[in-house]
Amino acid sequence: MNPSENPDFDDSILQLEMELLLEALVRQYGYDFRNYNKAHIKRRLIFRMQQLGLKSLSELQHQILHHSNILAMILKDLSINVTEMYRDPSFYLSLRKEVIPLLRTYPYLRIWHAGCATGEEVYSFAILLKEEGLYDRSQIYATDFNTEVLETAIKGIYPVSKIKEYTFNYQAAGGKNSFSDYYTARYDAVRFDPELRKNIVFASHNLVTDSVFAETHLIICRNVLIYFDRSLQNKVLNLFNDSLIMGGFLGLGSKENIMFSTVQDHFLILNPNEKIFQKKILK
Amino acid sequence: MKTYEAIVIGSSAGGMYALKNLIEGLKSGFRIPLIIVQHLSPHSENYLAHFLDQLGILQVKEADEREKIKQGYAYIAPPNFHLLIEADQTFSLTVEEKVNYARPSIDVLFETAASVYRERLIGIILTGANHDGANGVKVIKAHGGFTMAQNPATAESDIMPKAAIATGKIDKILDISEISDFLNSLNNS
Repeated sequence: MNPSENPDFDDSILQLEMELLLEALVRQYGYDFRNYNKAHIKRRLIFRMQQLGLKSLSELQHQILHHSNILAMILKDLSINVTEMYRDPSFYLSLRKEVIPLLRTYPYLRIWHAGCATGEEVYSFAILLKEEGLYDRSQIYATDFNTEVLETAIKGIYPVSKIKEYTFNYQAAGGKNSFSDYYTARYDAVRFDPELRKNIVFASHNLVTDSVFAETHLIICRNVLIYFDRSLQNKVLNLFNDSLIMGGFLGLGSKENIMFSTVQDHFLILNPNEKIFQKKILK
Repeated sequence: MKTYEAIVIGSSAGGMYALKNLIEGLKSGFRIPLIIVQHLSPHSENYLAHFLDQLGILQVKEADEREKIKQGYAYIAPPNFHLLIEADQTFSLTVEEKVNYARPSIDVLFETAASVYRERLIGIILTGANHDGANGVKVIKAHGGFTMAQNPATAESDIMPKAAIATGKIDKILDISEISDFLNSLNNS
């Protein structure tokens, strides 16, 4: 029986078990989910507990501590892996029209995709940079804490079933060519042109525990902050603020904002709908 | 009589007018917050919130992440995000996989609301052509909450209310106008 359907099931015990499990994850492995939104974490942990036929989160904790394959599973459950190419095409259209002309004035560009998951949005933006003639002077850092999803990102191979939607998104995002110019299809998969990867460094980086990326011109971090509580959102936004050059840009997810955060005063709002911000130039 | 602190509503095909009729049937000054998942195309704008807000009965808005749930408001889940409720009665959003082929999913809202509001929650399943919300209804019941389904005979699409009723965990099966009347009676007590 689903524990959440069991009337005798005690939420306060579940709460305690969840806190202990998250404590175990950070103490033993250094993965810190303690400041993630709890409703989401709870759903994911209970889902995994049921899939494994376990009766409590304490049992799940035991499995995590003693079986590395279970740890890998949990990290995948708790990381944010759902993404698509040109997710929210209007965001990319706005980058192209409002941010690219300003980035063009720099002799070289450092771009950081934080929380890139399986890399779809990294390739999306790499294509955009190529079409705008900025790719060759760009260095793109694409990071995620989950090394398993990074492996997928490095390969740049995605299911062919998604291509119709991605092509639609690419065009809506102001794509200038035929989208098929950028990939080769084979059987049920497409592989993006390895040339796109030339200036991309995929690396493991944990926003919760790792430090600043220096002198960045643009940070793209979409639909990651929504998983964090207010204190962790502030911490990460400060990390972004410290990583950006003055006048650098920050692109967040459509439901994310710097309003009400501790860095609010350090940024101008470039596009309020697309959540694109510019770090102020202090004289 | 029990005091209810929140009402969660799930609707799908035909839901826009079902929601309109339900809200129009509420008396102005209705206090208990409504939290609504209506299945929408991922590319749709927040037209629904605007449409329901214009009725002038409740303040209707799209739910924002970290937003505190307040009386006198109706909140709509944003398209392409799951809407969850945290223990401190704020919203959180996720983009994780679809649940029951849906994002937002009714089950996700109902299950997380149940563990926050427990016996002080009402869950309502309206018209729809899928099975989303059926598990959520079970979870609300297990936490001591109250559940209703739109009468399948008068629902534009009867599959979703029928699936909810088939769980055996629905307390009342009512037409839309009767749902509004029932909610009004709670608000007055």
